[in-house]
Amino acid sequence: MNETIRELLAKLGGLPVPVTDLADDADLYAVGLSSFASVQLMLGIEEAFDLEFPDSLLNRKSFASIAAIEQTLTQILNSKEAA
Amino acid sequence: MSLAALATDMSMSLRARRVAAVAAEFANQVDRDARFPEEAVNAMKVERLLGVQIPLRFGGESASIEELAEICVVLGQACAASAMVFAMHQIKVSSLVEHGCESPWHMDFMRELAARQLLVASATTEGGIGGNMRNSICAIDVDGNTCRLIKDATVISYGAHADVIMVTSRAHENAASTDQVMTVFRRGQYSLEKTVSWDTLGMRGTCSDGFLFKGEAPAVQIFPKPFAEIAAQSMLANSHLLWSAVWYGIAADAVLRAQAFVRAAARKAPGSQPPGALRLAEAASLLQLLKANILSGLKVYADAKADPDQLSSMAFSVAMNNVKLASSETILTIINQAMIVCGIMGYKNGTPYSLGRHLRDAHSAQLMISNDRILGNTSTMLLVQKPDTSLFG
Ligand SMILES: Cc1cc2nc3c(=O)[nH]c(=O)nc-3n(C[C@H](O)[C@H](O)[C@H](O)COP(=O)(O)OP(=O)(O)OC[C@H]3O[C@@H](n4cnc5c(N)ncnc54)[C@H](O)[C@@H]3O)c2cc1C
Repeated sequence: MNETIRELLAKLGGLPVPVTDLADDADLYAVGLSSFASVQLMLGIEEAFDLEFPDSLLNRKSFASIAAIEQTLTQILNSKEAA
Repeated sequence: MSLAALATDMSMSLRARRVAAVAAEFANQVDRDARFPEEAVNAMKVERLLGVQIPLRFGGESASIEELAEICVVLGQACAASAMVFAMHQIKVSSLVEHGCESPWHMDFMRELAARQLLVASATTEGGIGGNMRNSICAIDVDGNTCRLIKDATVISYGAHADVIMVTSRAHENAASTDQVMTVFRRGQYSLEKTVSWDTLGMRGTCSDGFLFKGEAPAVQIFPKPFAEIAAQSMLANSHLLWSAVWYGIAADAVLRAQAFVRAAARKAPGSQPPGALRLAEAASLLQLLKANILSGLKVYADAKADPDQLSSMAFSVAMNNVKLASSETILTIINQAMIVCGIMGYKNGTPYSLGRHLRDAHSAQLMISNDRILGNTSTMLLVQKPDTSLFG
């Protein structure tokens, strides 16, 4: 999952730095993730993992770092399994 | 609402009414000469309205956004420029109240603001960036305990008359354009070199000249939170709601003028329907729609404030954007209707039914953070965000 997120971030994040240089907990907004790019990233993730972000998770916190994205995804996948 | 709360509430709107009387007296002059509404702003200070939002414990009155919006509406009916100065000041104060209550410097500053009724201006707009306020070119330079900033600030309303300017910039020399901070600079800590004059169609009294801003201040005056959070959690809602309240005030006064015109006609020819009556009814219906838009926005904000995650959610941003888009467009339709009702008496200056100033002032609403820019942001969010279609949701 971490790898896929990193690939998508490299492709869609429009960041001025290589994604390989980023720690999992690096603040993506501070690095330069724009709101437009964050939505593109969400769409890419929805497509890659075949899921939809519920409105309650569409906030800055969910996409603040690679670790946060992983956590958000795990939360969605778990609730999908439970359903 | 308790009786005591009601009493202070009444006195707040009474105080606003007294300021409005002063603002109304000078509104035409302020507009004609594109000069700062100093009589109205002095009256705000005398009535101690500049510090009302500051928490009680720092010497203010803990005014809610609902109370602030009501003041904006009252002032907006008298002089839109004065009302907008009040609104923009309170938007800056909201950043202090929401994000400065853990920083000793900002807490002390709130005490002083309330005690001395300091007027706060804003410099987010930048040459080369325009209204895209979540991006900066300029960067603050923190050198030990001191910070320095130079900004090509192309629009600072009442910049030359303010006691304080809050300025956005990149957080440091190597920061990305979206990695921003906001810093409080007090008069004496900055110089302003005027670069552009504010000779505009409307909102002339806001004196929103452009300046080359150069500031140096203790680094503790930088807000301890990223500007991205301040923008999302307090500025977005406060701007769109308080601006909308001012615009509602302009439109409400236009409808009152149109109604006075129709009533005068009806009294002259009893038994027949004056020609403008139907259009007045249409304008009144749109005015109610505008009011409902603002009230529902205030409720969304109140609900979101109780839950920090919701405050930074897309659903919340979309809702606030929609308040701004709808208010800024509807006022033009309403005032135009009122103008048609009043005919040449509305088109002419200096009649009791004059609407030229209202119409000109109202035209700023769509540009004050361009509606196209806002629509662009919303349309991006709607690629993933799903609108709540319930009535009370
Ligand atoms: C009465 C008034 C008072 C103000 N006071 C202040 C103040 O005190 N401090 C301050 O900092 N600023 C202030 N502003 C400026 C305001 O906040 C905006 O920055 C400004 O109105 C935008 O100016 P602009 O149209 O030149 O720039 P831009 O936002 O760059 O827009 C220029 C044009 O490009 C189009 N455009 C640009 N980007 C996009 C996009 N992404 N999508 C679609 N269209 C786009 C817009 O439609 C617009 O026509 C004030 C403005 C007004 C009207």
